[in-house]
Amino acid sequence: MSQAIQPGGAPGVAAVPEAQPAPKQRGRFVKFMIRLVRERPLGAVGGLICVLLLLTGIFADVIAPEGYNAINPIDRLQPPSATYWFGTDQLGRDVFARIVHGARLSIIVAFAATTLSIVISALIGILSGYAGGRTDLTVQRFVDGWMCFPDLIILIVAVSVLGPGTWQVILVLGLLFGVAGSRIVRGAVLAAKENVYVHAARAIGASTPRILWYHILPNVIPPIIVLYTTRLAAVILAESGLSFLGLGIPPPAPSWGGMLSMDGRSYMFQAPWLAIIPGLALTVAVFGINMFGDALRDLLDPRMRGGGGRYVARVRKRAGGK
Amino acid sequence: MASVQAETTAAEATAAPAPLLRVRGLKTVFRQEHGEVNAVNGVNFDVRPGETVAIVGESGSGKSITAMSILRLIPSPPGEIVDGEIEFAGRDLLSLSEEEIRLVRGNEIAMIFQEPMSSLNPVLTIGQQLAEPLIVHKRVQGKKAIRERCLELLRQVRIPDPERRLDCYPHEFSGGMRQRAMIAMGLACEPRLIIADEPTTALDVTVQAQILELLKELTRTRGTSMILITHDLGVVARYADRINVMYAGRIVERGTAQEIFNSPKHPYTIGLMESMPRLNQPAGTRLKPIPGQPPDLSKLPRGCAFSPRCRFATERCRQETPELTQLSAEHWKACWVDIDEAV
Amino acid sequence: MMFYFLRRLLALIPTLLIASVIAFCVVRLVPGDVLDLMLSQNAHSSGTIEDRAQLEKALGLDRPLYVQYFEWLGNVLRGDFGSSLWRNIPVLEEVATRLPVTLELGVLALLLALLIGVPTGIYSAIRQETLGDHIGRSFSILALAIPNFWLGTLVVILPAIWWGWSPPNQIQPFFEAPIANLQVFFVPALILGASLSAVIMRMTRTMMLEVLRQDYIRTAWAKGLKERVIVLRHGLRNALIPVVTLVGIMVPILFSGTVIIEQIFRLPGMGQLLLEAVVNRDYPVITGIFLITGLLVMLVNLLVDLCYGYLDPKVRYDS
Repeated sequence: MSQAIQPGGAPGVAAVPEAQPAPKQRGRFVKFMIRLVRERPLGAVGGLICVLLLLTGIFADVIAPEGYNAINPIDRLQPPSATYWFGTDQLGRDVFARIVHGARLSIIVAFAATTLSIVISALIGILSGYAGGRTDLTVQRFVDGWMCFPDLIILIVAVSVLGPGTWQVILVLGLLFGVAGSRIVRGAVLAAKENVYVHAARAIGASTPRILWYHILPNVIPPIIVLYTTRLAAVILAESGLSFLGLGIPPPAPSWGGMLSMDGRSYMFQAPWLAIIPGLALTVAVFGINMFGDALRDLLDPRMRGGGGRYVARVRKRAGGK
Repeated sequence: MASVQAETTAAEATAAPAPLLRVRGLKTVFRQEHGEVNAVNGVNFDVRPGETVAIVGESGSGKSITAMSILRLIPSPPGEIVDGEIEFAGRDLLSLSEEEIRLVRGNEIAMIFQEPMSSLNPVLTIGQQLAEPLIVHKRVQGKKAIRERCLELLRQVRIPDPERRLDCYPHEFSGGMRQRAMIAMGLACEPRLIIADEPTTALDVTVQAQILELLKELTRTRGTSMILITHDLGVVARYADRINVMYAGRIVERGTAQEIFNSPKHPYTIGLMESMPRLNQPAGTRLKPIPGQPPDLSKLPRGCAFSPRCRFATERCRQETPELTQLSAEHWKACWVDIDEAV
Repeated sequence: MMFYFLRRLLALIPTLLIASVIAFCVVRLVPGDVLDLMLSQNAHSSGTIEDRAQLEKALGLDRPLYVQYFEWLGNVLRGDFGSSLWRNIPVLEEVATRLPVTLELGVLALLLALLIGVPTGIYSAIRQETLGDHIGRSFSILALAIPNFWLGTLVVILPAIWWGWSPPNQIQPFFEAPIANLQVFFVPALILGASLSAVIMRMTRTMMLEVLRQDYIRTAWAKGLKERVIVLRHGLRNALIPVVTLVGIMVPILFSGTVIIEQIFRLPGMGQLLLEAVVNRDYPVITGIFLITGLLVMLVNLLVDLCYGYLDPKVRYDS
């Protein structure tokens, strides 16, 4: 549960709009993948986890055709075995099937809420950042006020108003992270605004939409990509936290957080796998997304790895010299 | 390493005073993602007691790195000293342990840096920073004595109202005053050698002259040697006894100030002289820049590093790297071409 | 320094107003629920239209929204946050009984997180790219991925199964029995602080790296100072200034965390009160808690700003 900390606004990377033919684009993608594996192996592992998560979610019906709510009281509270890979819960439902369908739920909510939040962040950030002056000040005061409230508390209050449910959760998460993330977009816009070519474009009378599209937006896209990946993980954690408290997506939906909720607590003492497995799934998913996102950011943001801070030169004489 | 021997015997032959600092074959590299940069690529020079030696060159020539290598102030990772000897007071600085070189720094050899604003810690007072070398190298004991010594140092560098200034923070000083404070820090332990890395580049022109005069006075009166690093030839002309011209990590010419200015023998030095605007030129004279770009230090060409830009370059220049050869008592050049004949 | 303080205080006012509007709107946007709930609670009334209108009038819910807002604001400024619908006690009073638990949990968690995060961050920075650095960073990434409610649940469940141990639950007042008190709070605070420490570690590491790259660090090496002195005296004092502001950002996260941790460990704090109020649709309590946490966060931010102003000589001695 975190208002994800961004270590400062990412500097705008001046991107020249590329006009490359399609085959070359594919080559760039492959090269990027190779760089990823070679320089950031952990990030590549993270990427693999993300792919696995996506596939599980998409093919949930194929992997676990019986669905997430196949109640079977005969086999309740069975430990993990050959038949039930992750055991069963207090209603006899196969935990593995619930996890698999939970993956689908997680990615749907994650993508929907994150996309919504990015749209909101972009709208607020670009408008506020580009307009500047009074508008910017007022909007920023509003954002400041908003940021004073702890995110979970906003979520709880909002859900108490709207009631539990999937679309409510998506809406509320999107709004919350949207406002919080607008700061970062605004930072990137402010940096981009200072570029000489923006001044030049304005001087020749280019219209605002044109400037926004051709000059500001390309600079804002890299930090937005990074923001997207961090938000995905944050959204998954937030939704699971809400469901844990019973305020998120209501049962019998297989929300991983909901599977850990206090209602099932008494059963967990008898069947500890019920406590371990959903949390493990969450951890792996969030870990994978974060690692991949970190690696992405490192590769997209070419900052020189500066000196290690130890100003004591290593002296290692080579025979023969160069 | 024929030239090293040649230099050594030549120096002994002319019976010059034993040098305070002897640098031989210094090589420092930096490992970057795209390759290895040979920042310092085989540098030899001496500094004698009481003299001011200049190292002149463009940005990227390796002059600052050379200076920092003397005190081993190279950040490792990426940097590493891969060859050479640096003899100072009978010891090879490159073979000292971390603790031993630490005791040399600020004590027997002091360094003054280019950017006085960023080179001073913003959260400590000038007095606190001035006292540090005194305390660490145990030159003075006791709070009162330390304060006295700090005040004295501030007076020596001509900072007005030193009583009050001692408790000020760096951001309350002007650029010139900060540089004076840095000089005071350098002098605190009365070093035998001061290395001044572009001490005036970041300052206003009017202040530059004051700082340089101050340095000259302080070093002359104490007999302190100084290595002056700069890209500004005008500075060098007035304040240096001998000059080393560096290009692409190597010294390409060395001589007294007279020799370098009046009869430069290396095409690069000649180019530098020609590209300087002078007051006695007729108005409307065009500047003569050196054509081309400085080389990429991770991909040095074969042979002389300057040959791609040199109008006298021969085939030999492009194949073999020239070593420093002696022309007279103090005048050396690293070039295959005899300028007087070629012109 | 005085100007800085006053400026900060003044800047707070619009934020406060906007926060109050947000708090007010969030809850008032509920259509008729409160009334239905209250009416259904009354044994005899089944909610005829007149009864409903009467109730609405009595609660003042029939007047225009902005009038309601100003009246509500006036009350708040006098310290009247309304009364709990559930228990008919003033909201402020209820919160006051719960607040100490939440505060103690939060403060303890923050201290633990700083104690763990700052040294590991410094170590990671000065030994960059070594094994220690990589291990530290991997741990912190892991810590950020583990949901705190999962960790808390495991800590409650697994030791009970393995050793028959469960965390102590009876809270003793701190000043009377500090050890017993801390025994109750230690494990929850540790869990709450765990993910926080990862964030602090990463931030400290980034700041230290940034600081160690500065020219004045090079000057310190050139003077022959020892590494420990350079890192602590020159590096840390500069790096800690932004870390102080980090504490300000941490506080909302702490509040969020306490809601979950109190639930898991059954601690009677403000978070539990909020959850109860949500279940009971006790809107005055919900609004009250919402507003109070916002106020507390703003207060802490103000304090943090003051600390920052004190630590940074450029602000402290603005000539």
